[in-house]
Amino acid sequence: MRYAYYPGCSLHSTGSEFDNSLRAIAPRLGVELDEVKGWICCGSTPAHSVSELLALALPVANLGLVEQMEADEVMVPCASCFRRLKSGHLETTTRPEVAARVNRVVDEPYRGTVKVSHPLEIFSDRDMLAKIAEKATADLSHLRVVCYYGCLLTRPPKVMQFDRHEYPMSMDAVLRSAGIATLDWDFKTMCCGAAFSLTETDIVYKLTAEILDEAESVGANAIAVACPLCHANLDTRQSEIEQRQDKEYGLPVFYFTQLMGLAMGMPGAYLGLGKHLVDAEELIETATQAPAA
Amino acid sequence: MSAVRSAAAVKPSSGLATLVLDGFGTNVNMCFQCGRCAAGCPIAYAMDYAPAQLIHALRLGMEDVVFNSRTMWLCAACETCTTRCPQEVDIAKVMDAAKILAVRRGFKPAMSSVRAFHQAAMANIKRFGRMWEAGMIVSLKLRTGDYFKDMDLGKRMLRKGKLKLLPSFTGSRRAGRIFSRVKSVEREEIEQS
Ligand code: SF4
Ligand code: SF4
Repeated sequence: MRYAYYPGCSLHSTGSEFDNSLRAIAPRLGVELDEVKGWICCGSTPAHSVSELLALALPVANLGLVEQMEADEVMVPCASCFRRLKSGHLETTTRPEVAARVNRVVDEPYRGTVKVSHPLEIFSDRDMLAKIAEKATADLSHLRVVCYYGCLLTRPPKVMQFDRHEYPMSMDAVLRSAGIATLDWDFKTMCCGAAFSLTETDIVYKLTAEILDEAESVGANAIAVACPLCHANLDTRQSEIEQRQDKEYGLPVFYFTQLMGLAMGMPGAYLGLGKHLVDAEELIETATQAPAA
Repeated sequence: MSAVRSAAAVKPSSGLATLVLDGFGTNVNMCFQCGRCAAGCPIAYAMDYAPAQLIHALRLGMEDVVFNSRTMWLCAACETCTTRCPQEVDIAKVMDAAKILAVRRGFKPAMSSVRAFHQAAMANIKRFGRMWEAGMIVSLKLRTGDYFKDMDLGKRMLRKGKLKLLPSFTGSRRAGRIFSRVKSVEREEIEQS
C-alpha cells in the first residue's frame, strides 16, 4: 500500500524519532510513504485560537497538495495534525459555505477527495495485525506498557471517528500483536496539558504527574504514545516532575512505532531511543533479542 | 446523544450569543446548565469561571465577565467538554470564539503569556511555513520577558538533537499567501457585519 505522508512540524524536529521509526517499520509491513511535497504547518492550537478561517485554511491547503499528488489517502501520525486535517476535510465537505470561504484563501481549491488516516487505523486492520505478529520476532516479554492516546486522536468523536473515544484499543491491539503486554488503565485519553508546556507549565506538571502516577500504580514499566506533544510532556518534563513530587518514576516513553521497530528486532539507536530524556535504552537492553527476521 | 430541542428553534438570547452563533456556528442557548462540561474539564481547577459558567455569562451577554476571564485562555482544547455535552454545544469552539472576540474588542487578554505564545507561533508559521520551534521559543521569550524559563531544559534538548538550529523555508511563500488572504477576507467580513 502506498500513502501520501504528512509528517508535520514536530516530526521534523522535537519528535523526529516518531518519523524515523515510522519510516523504518513501514516497508517491513508493505507500506510505502510518499511525503507531501511543500507541505506547510497545520496551524495546530495557536491557529484555532486566533482565527477560525486560518485554522481551516492551513490544513486544507495541505489536503490540496495531496490531491495534486493524485493520492487519495494521507497518513498523518501527529495527533494534533491528524485532528486539524480531519477537521479541515469534514468542514469543507459538509458545509458548502465554509468550503467557499476556505477556497478563497488557499492556492488551489480543495475538491474533498482525500481520506485522512492515522497510522494506528492502518496498522490495526486485521490483516495488518497478522503481518505485525509475523514480523515481530524479538522478545519484549518483560515490558508492561500502558497505551496513552491523549486527547486529539479520539476527540471530538464526531470529527475524528477514531476507535472508541473514551476507551480506545487500537494501540493496544497493535502492540499486543507485536508481542508486547499492554495494561488496562483509566488514563488513556486524559489530557496532559498539551501546549501549556511552554507557558503555563504548572498545569502540565499537575496533569502529567497524574498520568505518571496512574501508570506507575497499575504496574507499567513503560508508556506508549502517538503524539509528539504528549511525548514532550511525559518524557521531556518527567525529571522536573520527579523533583517536584520528590519521587522517581523512571518511566521511559516510547512512540508506539519505536516499540513496533524494537519488536521487529531493530536496534534502539536506529529508532531514535537516544533522543529521549528519560533513558529508554536500559529497559530495552535487558531484553534478550532474537535475531531479526 | 441527541439534543433535547432542535438547535434551529432556540434563538440566541444576547448580542454575544448571536456573535458566537453567526461567527462560529455554535448556539450557546442550547445549554441547559447540566455542568458536565465543567465536571470533565481537566483545567477547571485553574479557571476563574468553569466552562458552564462562561457559557451562561455568554447567554446573558455579560461582556466584561466573558472578555476579562482567564477561562478561555486556560483551555487546552482537549475537547472533553464538546465530546460530553448532551446538548451538542461545541464548548471548545466557544473557548476559541471568546479568545478571538476578546482580542477583536480590544480587551487585554487575562493570560498574556498564552496570547504571546499564540502570536509567536503564528508569526513563526507565517514566516517559515513550518514551525521552527527554536526560533518560536526565542520569540516567545522576547514577548514575555521571561528569559530564563526552561534554560536547563533547552540545553538538554539541544544536546539530544531535539531542537533544530536552523529553520526550513519550504512552504514559507505558500503560508505567507494564505495568511495575507485570510487577513483581507476577515477584514472584509468584519466590515460587512
Ligand atoms: S455540558 Fe453542555 S448543556 Fe451541560 S452545562 Fe456544559 S454546555 Fe451546558
Ligand atoms: S476543551 Fe478546554 S474547556 Fe473543554 S474540557 Fe478541555 S480544557 Fe476544559
